[in-house]
Parts: sequence; C-alpha cells; structure tokens
Amino acid sequence: MSIIKKELAVAALENGTVIDRIPSEQLFKVVSMLSLNTIPNSITIGNNLHSGKLGKKGIIKVADYFFRDEEINKIALIAPDATINVIRDYKVVEKYNVTLHDTLCGIVRCSNPKCISNNEPMSTVFHVTNRQPLELTCRYCTRTIKGNKIEIIQ
Amino acid sequence: MKCDSLVSINDFSKEDIMDLLEKARSFEENPNRKVLDGKVIATLFFEPSTRTRLSFETAVNRLGGRIIGFSDAATSSSSKGESLKDTIIMVSNYVDLIIMRHHLEGAARYASEVSSVPIINAGDGANQHPTQTMLDLYSIYKTQGTLENLNITMVGDLKYGRTVHSLLQAMSHFNPTFHFVAPDELKMPQEYKIFCEEHNIPYYEHSDFSEEVINQTDILYMTRVQRERFTDLMEYERVKDVYILRNSMLAGSKPNLRVLHPLPRVNEIAYDVDDNPKAYYFQQAKNGLYARQAIICKLLGIDVE
Ligand SMILES: [Zn+2]
Repeated sequence: MSIIKKELAVAALENGTVIDRIPSEQLFKVVSMLSLNTIPNSITIGNNLHSGKLGKKGIIKVADYFFRDEEINKIALIAPDATINVIRDYKVVEKYNVTLHDTLCGIVRCSNPKCISNNEPMSTVFHVTNRQPLELTCRYCTRTIKGNKIEIIQ
Repeated sequence: MKCDSLVSINDFSKEDIMDLLEKARSFEENPNRKVLDGKVIATLFFEPSTRTRLSFETAVNRLGGRIIGFSDAATSSSSKGESLKDTIIMVSNYVDLIIMRHHLEGAARYASEVSSVPIINAGDGANQHPTQTMLDLYSIYKTQGTLENLNITMVGDLKYGRTVHSLLQAMSHFNPTFHFVAPDELKMPQEYKIFCEEHNIPYYEHSDFSEEVINQTDILYMTRVQRERFTDLMEYERVKDVYILRNSMLAGSKPNLRVLHPLPRVNEIAYDVDDNPKAYYFQQAKNGLYARQAIICKLLGIDVE
C-alpha cells in the first residue's frame, strides 16, 4: 500500500531530473536556490514524504531539464545528502550525490559587514576550508563562517 | 611568489621573505638609487594614514620614481560614488604599481583581481598590513642576526591587533617560541592558537606581565590596549596599567632583547624606556623605509645588488 502511495505522490518522469532525499525543512529553500520559479518546464514538488533515513523528505522532479554541475552542486550547502537522478526514457541513466566544489562563487553572503564583498557590486567568493563540519572562508576578508551560520544569496 | 601583488604576508614564501630581508639590508646601506627612474607609482589612501603614506612615498622618492594619488577618500572620485573597481582600473591604466589603503577588509585582494598592475596592500581595515610585518621581520632579523629559534613575547591587545597576527604567521617559518601576555578580554584568538598547534609552535599564555617572562625573551612586541576594545569598562580600568613596560622591568633581561612596537604608542611603554639601548621602536619605524623599498622593487621585478 505505502509503495503505491509513494508512486502516486510523485508522477513518473519520461525525461528530466529528480532531486531526491532533500530534508523536508530545506525543500523550499532548495527550490528558490535553484530558481525553479523561472523555469517554464513542468515541475513536481513533493514534501513530507516518508523516508527511511531522513524520516521525512522532499523531492523535486523537473521535466526535460538537466542541471549543470555548478548549478546543482551548490544545494549541498543546505541538503548535503541530496541525490540527483538523471532520467531518460523513464530510466535512471545517472545517479549521484551532490558534492560541494572547493570554491563557491556568488552563492554565499559574507557575514562581515566591513567586507569589501558587502560594499561593492561584485560576486562573493568562498573557499571550503573544512567539510565536516562545514566551514567556509571568505576569499576577501578571510572571515570563516560555520555551517549553521551560512547565509545564501537569493 | 603566489601572485604578483602583495595583499597578505602569506603571499610570501620563506624564500621570498629571506630574499626581501637581504634586499632591505642592501637598501639600508644605500637607500638612494635611481632604479625607479621613469616609473609612476600611485598611492591611493581611501583611508588616511599619514605615517604609512609618508614611509611609502619616501621609499619611492629615494628610488627616483614619481608619485600620483590621494591621501584620503574625500579628495578621490570614490566620494562621488565611484566603485573601487572603476577607480583601480582607471588608475592602473596610468601607473606601474598601486599602493593602497582602504577601510574595508578584502579591498586589496579585490583590487588585485581587477588591476592590470601589481597592488601593495598598505592596510585593509582590520585585515592585513603586510609591509608592517616585513618591517617587523627586518627589525628582528637585524637585531638578532637571525629569525630562527627566537623567543617572542607579544603583549597587550592580542585579540584585535592585526600586526601580531600577521607577525605570528610570518614567524611560523622560523621555529619560534611564543609568549602571549594579554588581559582575558583581549587574548590571542583561538584560530591563531590552533595555527600554532598545527605548525608545532610552542606557545604560553599569561595574564600577568612579569619579569619572569621578560627575562627569557629575545623580542618583546608591545601593542596598545585601547579603551574602545573593552565591553566591560571596569575591566579596562583594572587592566589598563598592567600591560605597561617600565625601564626597571628590563633590569634582568637578556642582552640581545629588543623592544618593538608598531607605533603610535599611548602609554604602554613608559618614556623612561626610550633611553634604554634595548628600546628599538623608533629604529623599527625607520626600517619600514628599507623594507618597503625592497618590496616595491621585488613586485616590479627590479633586481638590486
Ligand atoms: Zn568577507
């Protein structure tokens, strides 16, 4: 019964991308991080779905859309366990976990109000200086931001 | 060198530092050379600092270069709202090298990314001031004959003092032992203690400024304890006179001990220390001229004997 329910909750995809294993509380942040509101394709969003490991999870299906690496990997900042399934002709042809790149450009805001990146029309640049626990360092003012203090630029 | 600008002292390797110390020594022997003949250098001081600007401009003048620039942001186009990027691109069209000071942290790193000529960071807010570090290193090298295996005591504001943080990082190449003497509110930040541990550098923390610590020290690096750094003014009143160096405290110190201070001082070094031959802070400031001459020539790829 539960298996059938799950399938009903998220319709099958012929071609496109399924982002799975998103923590429920981060689902809508992921939606806005990926600017899905600007994509004309059909998008199915499911939330609070049952998941063995996460308890509850969110899932996003985007039809006929394939994300570029740098586009999708940034969601690892808020959904580090998310998996990406690339679907072609109803089959999963590629499946991988999101991984943060060593350098993040224009994604995170610096928490230092005296940082040049908060005072000039420019992109922020952060280096991932630690992964577990996550720690980012601003290329400009060298301030370090810990995982739970990270502010995403919308 | 990692890049052709000097933004942070970490842009210099140990070899770069040793090379610069030798060049500084050579400039001290003969500071007047026309090696910058035909060169134009900009000093862009978005934040005023007369002391640092005069040191740089003297360095350029004694090398025969010419200077353009401004000494505070009110007289620059940034007061009309021009971005740092636009100012740097415009000026880098005209000159061979830009020396800049800015109140925002990271300004020099950003400038080095948009500039077509090398940048020297003459201070970016609380972040970096690498030429101060080079003159500190040169002062230590000159007075001790080496940078290796020294016992260095840092006193005062170790929390906000960017000069002590940069000096600590630069000295990590040379197997030092550190003593950190500071009030609780202004202790050396955790990240620099972790840095020491990662580099196997022994350090000892003290809240008392005692002769016991002074007597084993080669370099005594004093800094200002500023009232505005304290959240608890009672605490400031309690500690403000604890971190003052008086001449009598140097009675049992090592003969090679030298007292350094980035200047300006307020009251943290009593005036009776000035006449002690171990007081080195005024010569230290003068060494800035030679250290800056060495850095300017290195960034412009000018060889000096
Ligand atoms: Zn920053």
